[in-house]
Amino acid sequence: MGIPLSYIIRNLWVRKLTTALTALGMALVVYVFAAVLMLSEGLEKTLVQTGSNDNVVVIRRSAETEIQSAVYRDQATLVASLPEIGNDANGDRLVSKEVVVLVVLPKRGTNKPSNVTIRGLSPAGVNMRPQVHIVQGRMFRPGSAEIVAGNKIARGFTGAGLGEHIRLGQQEWTVVGIFDAGNSGFASELWGDADQMMQIFRRESYSSVVFRLADPGNFAAVKRKLESDQRLTVEAEREPRFYARQSELMSNFLKILGTILSAIFSIGAIIGAMITMYASVANRTAEIGTLRAIGFRRWNILSAFMLESLLLSLVGGVIGLTMASFLQFFTVSTMNWQTFAELAFSFTMTHRVIIEGLLFALLMGFAGGVLPALRAARMNIIDALRAV
Amino acid sequence: MTYLLRLIFRNLFRHPLRSLLTAVGIVVAITAFGLLRTTVDAWYAGVEASSSSRLVTRNKNSLVFPLPLHYLNKIRQLDGVSKVSYAEWFGGIYIDKKNFFPQFAVDGRTYFELYPEFVVPPEELKSFLLDRRGVIVGRKTAAQYGWKIGDLIPLQGTIYPGTWDFVIEGIYRGIDSKTDETQFFFHWEYLNEITKKTNPDNADKIGIFLVGLKHAQDAPLIAQRIDALFANSLAETLTETEKAFQLGFVAMTEAILLVIQAVSFLIILIIMAVMANTMAMAARERRAEYAILKAMGFTARFIVGLILGESLLLSLSAGAAGIVLIFPTARDVGARFGTLFPIFNVSTQTLWMAAGAALLVGVVAGVVPAWRAVRTPVAEGMRGMV
Repeated sequence: MGIPLSYIIRNLWVRKLTTALTALGMALVVYVFAAVLMLSEGLEKTLVQTGSNDNVVVIRRSAETEIQSAVYRDQATLVASLPEIGNDANGDRLVSKEVVVLVVLPKRGTNKPSNVTIRGLSPAGVNMRPQVHIVQGRMFRPGSAEIVAGNKIARGFTGAGLGEHIRLGQQEWTVVGIFDAGNSGFASELWGDADQMMQIFRRESYSSVVFRLADPGNFAAVKRKLESDQRLTVEAEREPRFYARQSELMSNFLKILGTILSAIFSIGAIIGAMITMYASVANRTAEIGTLRAIGFRRWNILSAFMLESLLLSLVGGVIGLTMASFLQFFTVSTMNWQTFAELAFSFTMTHRVIIEGLLFALLMGFAGGVLPALRAARMNIIDALRAV
Repeated sequence: MTYLLRLIFRNLFRHPLRSLLTAVGIVVAITAFGLLRTTVDAWYAGVEASSSSRLVTRNKNSLVFPLPLHYLNKIRQLDGVSKVSYAEWFGGIYIDKKNFFPQFAVDGRTYFELYPEFVVPPEELKSFLLDRRGVIVGRKTAAQYGWKIGDLIPLQGTIYPGTWDFVIEGIYRGIDSKTDETQFFFHWEYLNEITKKTNPDNADKIGIFLVGLKHAQDAPLIAQRIDALFANSLAETLTETEKAFQLGFVAMTEAILLVIQAVSFLIILIIMAVMANTMAMAARERRAEYAILKAMGFTARFIVGLILGESLLLSLSAGAAGIVLIFPTARDVGARFGTLFPIFNVSTQTLWMAAGAALLVGVVAGVVPAWRAVRTPVAEGMRGMV
């Protein structure tokens, strides 16, 4: 029979300040750990939801991003004439020649300028992104100087709100609608008519050609066909993978930052737990002696102190995760280094974050408790009793 | 007074393991704090190094839109302008995407005159000007990839398609520790020559004009004049000082900077909790001693000095060790970042902030136990003795 759990809990309860301070230290570490994980989960979720697996993005070979890419009109026409492209319910081909550029807009509030993505696309291009729907105003009319703004851009930038104007290449563009694109990257974009933009920017090349596959399983063959065509110098990628690749740098940065910070911070918290547990052992030397004398084994003492330390860290972990869950109300909007454009994503709490956060807390409790618990377990009964 | 000091020392070494652990915690926290602040500074390094007597002219829409080369002559003719150069971002890949360093196609003749902070040996500059495919590269990048003069460097273009071969003709050094030594400069003429053949629409277009001024105080006026020259044209311009231009880049990633800054203060908070715990434990164990000291006639001030003194001694000595450790760790981390953060120097401001943090931790950790010890009546304090 082991030492009852109520004894362990009371030991923590009796020294409230010490318990609170140690748990607080751990809570802060778990908070930082969870916050970084939530950011990288949020980024991932945003990217996975941008684009659908049946859509294929074609850009110039080794261009990396749509901004850097250039697909000339004749090349775009060749791609758009592929027989593997699917049709919608009305029999129209689902293919969109798109222009993607950056425009500098001032942020609301701070007035600091930042790069915002403007995408010119065709009506088919709009239909191919079912996650996008207008929540205010209406969709832009083809052939006009009208744009619609993603909800995250409309909120964050001057000139992107409903009815406001943006000056692009000697022309005022009116924002006629706000669209909701869920958690996807499209929510950080402005959309308008592709041909109108080609004219205004005097461009001879599109940035990308996006099409829907009639048979989604056919991707590998289509990719091979496009990339081996002598007349084209392009590469093709499924839409979600294309967007995921564009944020590799950011997502790696977050992961590395998170790992380094958690590692350094946990040293502090482990030391805090160690100090508390050593003091706990020293204060109760006589008690340990008594417990041993009435028949409890070394193993029982060891597990009692380990449990105390784990319990302490669990309290810290739960507090830390609770604090971190409030971060879900915040959205981070920052420049993605690879595309040079603004991308908004939210702190996202997932099961993975909760489980990893708690495991991390328990790990700290274990590391901090193991040495003190060993000291307690190895005490000599006679010496320990003498401490009374 | 000597009493007080001796007592403080004795108290500190009563639980050597506990004091040691706390000290280690503080050392780690202070070093991490210094490292995070240095990372934030590294972000701003480009702004720090930029000059306010140079202007940058770019397309008003954004940097991805080019400007026609013929703007050069119009800008050059303005009063108060001493020199005009231009540059274009190349964004090529050297073997792998991970090997990042900034590459610019520049006007070789004027660029290095406008940027005296990039120090190029005269004979190397001369051979660079003679070689169409020549490159002048920063000392740090050359060292990282083991490049020597005469080496052939192939870059895979992302904006300009194809593989481009360059020849290292010179290696520049920074004039001081603030100068970025990772950049890679080659002839814009080379870029334009090929572009004319492969993509004539994009030929004779450049990314930014760099404008040197005769008098730095004219900057706002001349910036306005340049923009007025091209108002209502096909490519309207936006001119700002180099500092403002660089700051614009930093501001775009501000959200991440804020996170790092917040985190650097959190670690101080964490170590404060650990340290406060240590002091609270010590004070609880010594309640009876404080009662005896008070009964013997020692003042409340003495008791406060005893507790705060111990707390400060521990936090400041560990803090000092942490500050010393900032330097080697920053050097190591800076080397790991390589060319990603060209400048990774520990600033004096960082050191002062770290010292302030150590002081704050010591004071905060000692205040509550000291206050409690003073407030506890003598009789109650002694009760635990029996």
